[in-house]
Amino acid sequence: MQVSITVNGQQRTDEVEPRLLLAHYLRETCGLTATNIGCDSTSCGACTVVVDGLSVKSCTVLAAQTDGSQVTTLEGLSGPDGEMHPMQAAFRAEHGLQCGFCTPGMVMAAIGVLADNPDPSDREVREGLEGNLCRCTGYHNIVRAVRAAATSGPSAGQVPQAQEVQA
Amino acid sequence: MIPSQFDYVKVRSVDEAVAALTEHGEDAKLLAGGHSLLPIMKLRLAVPSVLIDISGIRDLSYVRVEGDEVAIGAGTRHFELERSEVARTEVPLLPHTAGRVGDPQVRHRGTLGGTVAHSDPASDLPTALLALGGTVVLQGPGGRREVPVTEFWTGFFETAMSPDELVVELRVPRTGTAGWGYEKFTRRENDWPIVAAAAVQGRVALANMGGSVLRASATEEALAGGASIADAAALADQGTSPTADMHADQEYRRHLARLLTRRALEKAAAA
Repeated sequence: MQVSITVNGQQRTDEVEPRLLLAHYLRETCGLTATNIGCDSTSCGACTVVVDGLSVKSCTVLAAQTDGSQVTTLEGLSGPDGEMHPMQAAFRAEHGLQCGFCTPGMVMAAIGVLADNPDPSDREVREGLEGNLCRCTGYHNIVRAVRAAATSGPSAGQVPQAQEVQA
Repeated sequence: MIPSQFDYVKVRSVDEAVAALTEHGEDAKLLAGGHSLLPIMKLRLAVPSVLIDISGIRDLSYVRVEGDEVAIGAGTRHFELERSEVARTEVPLLPHTAGRVGDPQVRHRGTLGGTVAHSDPASDLPTALLALGGTVVLQGPGGRREVPVTEFWTGFFETAMSPDELVVELRVPRTGTAGWGYEKFTRRENDWPIVAAAAVQGRVALANMGGSVLRASATEEALAGGASIADAAALADQGTSPTADMHADQEYRRHLARLLTRRALEKAAAA
């Protein structure tokens, strides 16, 4: 079947099998390998991307279900000049990662946390990231990074608009 | 893990969904949020030949007051129910419980109708619905019919639905300011309940204490007869048949049912 999906601001049309998972579509069809597959069972959150403004676990969504949608992956966060998204910058500044495997999903989920609550407490950040596991257990610096990003302005809770990415 | 092959049909209305179910028969499954169905398809525990995607039916997503009841569209996603001001005012147990399902990413996808139709005995929202009472509204080739929640969940992944029907709406009584409690025991915050108890207006429902969500009838009868919360809650596991798994054996689940029932009733009484 044919799907038409806007990935990181660029609309593309692909022939896919109905059973193709969004995570595999992004990694193999689009070549966007920042989205990691961890548990492959909706638990760990490593595959989190943003679909139409909402964080989702792409291992549990069919590419077919996102036909006509806007999908943003970690690759879609930075500007055309390579400038990092405020959430990426905060993870870097606060060392919000150890091995880095959970980081793409953690960053995408964290943007969703700030979209819901622009000034969360430590506890609210932890609750908002309950669907993302860091097996290095590096949670302290992740929480610190999200709180730091919250102080940088509203864009920390937004994914770039399609038009901005295309410009 | 990759599901086995299937045909994918996207429908835009309830009538189209019923027509597709009629055409494809028992080999077809409805796909809404997909957060119960796709994981079991990846494990090949479900191998439908056709998936009928009903997520595009926008008029199945609403929460509104209708007389003495709150009507909730089956396509309402958990995060929408969690945030609904109407639900928070009229039937607060339900949005609270919606907020305890999985994690934010799961709540962004999962739907009320989906979790109702899936009939997992360990699911949060059916437990709350069973405590609230009310009805499941189904639509099939013969039109609409209503099934009381007390008769809907008939066993492990089994319901009173026929294969050519879909859930279109849930109707629950408005409880307003009446006290309520939902107590869920998990290893990790985003897990299914090992056991959960929902209490409102003297009714108590339990998750994961048998083949389906079920009512703690002995506790309810004791409360109606004037027993204390502690005495009534001590009967919560009567008539249940919990299973044993890696998280808990049967006796531990019975203990949790009694304990969580007491906590849920105490919260309801404190409101």
